[in-house]
Amino acid sequence: MKTTTKFISIITAAAILSAATARAQQEVFRPIVKEGDVMGFTKPVPITVSGFSGEVEQVLRFDLEVQGFKLVSDGTPQYEVVGSNAGSVQARLSDRISKTPIFSKAYTGGSLRTRAHALADDVVAALTKRKGIGQTKIAFKVDTGAASEIYIADFDGHNAHPVTRDNTIVAAPVWVPGRLALYYVSYKLGNANIFRHDLGTGARSAFARYGGSNFSPAVSPDGSKVAMILSKDGWVDLYVSNTDGSGLKRLTRSPQDESSPCWSPDGQWVLFAGKSGERRVLMKVSPSGGEPVRIPTSGVSNPSEPEWSPDGKWIVFTSQGSGFTICVVPADGSAAAIPLVEGEDPSWSPNSRTVVFARRTGSGRVLSVLDVFTKQYKDVSRIPGGNSQPSWAK
Amino acid sequence: MKTRNYLNLLVCVLALTTLVTVGCKKKPVGVTPLPNAKSGGQVGDLPPGGILPGGENTGGMGNSGTGTSTTGFPAGPGHAGWSEDRAALQTETVYFDYDSSTIKGSEKSKIENVAAYLKSHGSAAVKVEGNCDERGTEEYNRALGERRALAIREYLINSGITPDSVDTVSYGEDKPAAPGHNEAAWKKNRRGEFVVLTAPK
Repeated sequence: MKTTTKFISIITAAAILSAATARAQQEVFRPIVKEGDVMGFTKPVPITVSGFSGEVEQVLRFDLEVQGFKLVSDGTPQYEVVGSNAGSVQARLSDRISKTPIFSKAYTGGSLRTRAHALADDVVAALTKRKGIGQTKIAFKVDTGAASEIYIADFDGHNAHPVTRDNTIVAAPVWVPGRLALYYVSYKLGNANIFRHDLGTGARSAFARYGGSNFSPAVSPDGSKVAMILSKDGWVDLYVSNTDGSGLKRLTRSPQDESSPCWSPDGQWVLFAGKSGERRVLMKVSPSGGEPVRIPTSGVSNPSEPEWSPDGKWIVFTSQGSGFTICVVPADGSAAAIPLVEGEDPSWSPNSRTVVFARRTGSGRVLSVLDVFTKQYKDVSRIPGGNSQPSWAK
Repeated sequence: MKTRNYLNLLVCVLALTTLVTVGCKKKPVGVTPLPNAKSGGQVGDLPPGGILPGGENTGGMGNSGTGTSTTGFPAGPGHAGWSEDRAALQTETVYFDYDSSTIKGSEKSKIENVAAYLKSHGSAAVKVEGNCDERGTEEYNRALGERRALAIREYLINSGITPDSVDTVSYGEDKPAAPGHNEAAWKKNRRGEFVVLTAPK
């Protein structure tokens, strides 16, 4: 793990390739925008995984590669997973250098995919001290052209199913922290309104139906408040209210538009995309009111769609230039923004290591999962149509 | 990840350099609240939607929530149940420049035509639908589309139309008029459309 804290600027993709070893070239990853020793940005950790087949092998590969590992098939990297999925899923993780087994486990309940995710999580936890993301959920929007619906899936896009069948436009699903519930925008009643959807019972209730448009909901970390964008007073502004609709408070008064609010993990700030003059900027404001404070995003242009990492350290956002780029910046503004990969609308995993985002292809948007600190990313399983606006359950 | 002390060291610098005032303390000019701006909160529930089978854990690590109430605001939207006519003012669709909600000189006569139509159909109302091209993130475009609809609405109000009879909606980039990925399509998609609303008989 590199500890250099200086920003070492761009190394081209060609340099990365020439610097990489032969074993690394066997692994096919999507183009990396930048690489460098930037505040914890690292090369992937090589690991061998052998003895598995089919779906189990696919799940292990996907989960480990989007969590900072690189699966190699030759050489003798430090870490080794040996096992099988004949009958139950069994595995032994060992350290070749210290010649010690780290764990040896068998996985029985649940589907084969669930067992493989559990094994991947154990490897991640043992080697990185982070809780893995293998058994987490995402919500997202699927646009078929005529209409759009909200879907829920495993973080890798598998086990997806729609939770709306309204045949209208929906947008911007977000999870209630720690709850089986979503807020999202639906045009079912004719306008852009915000609804709450309990995923345990299916019950849905209107949350915001003011005159004009009601959109971009964001639930506070303690679940007690919702930030949102309303136009009811004639401008597109940022508001916050309690979850029962009481205590509505207007947080901005600007003829420019605000968009995409989110919360700091301590609930002390609402972060949003706004404008300073004609310039698009990120800003934060106290949910109890006051002057918005600019978040510096030097080095990139037109920031929008910010999301604060659950550990409080980072803000991930979309920069718009000739295309769209996922970027991160330290939440305290102590360094320039770092472009990661092409894409938009990022959402953090609960462990603050990975983000799910949308990227545009010739056939519409697909979702992809990005390991922020190695910049490795892989597309998730796709529902027919455009897949966008992912929100990672936290 | 290792602790990065320098991040903390620079907090003070950040605080000094990033205090940017963006609020507007002046009396708002050219802003008219929407009908029912002061009401219309939690009414009009949707029929039940899907559930997450098995009630699986989502894997999240968040705090537990405090739950919600179903008590709502007393009133609903102003023109619910009114019939919609998309054809009457189809020729008056207003077009915008990229990333702009400014009404161009070439478009003003269209809005004036809409105002004249509303004055000659005294009981009618109008819904202004703001739309965007695909060059923007989705929620940014939803905001931009609303800003376009509001700009048209303000022009109508300044032309003598009562604020209560002009609704707005933004579809962002969700309802393109042309499907292509080039300027020819984009210029058709950056638009405001008019839907005539008539009270139920």
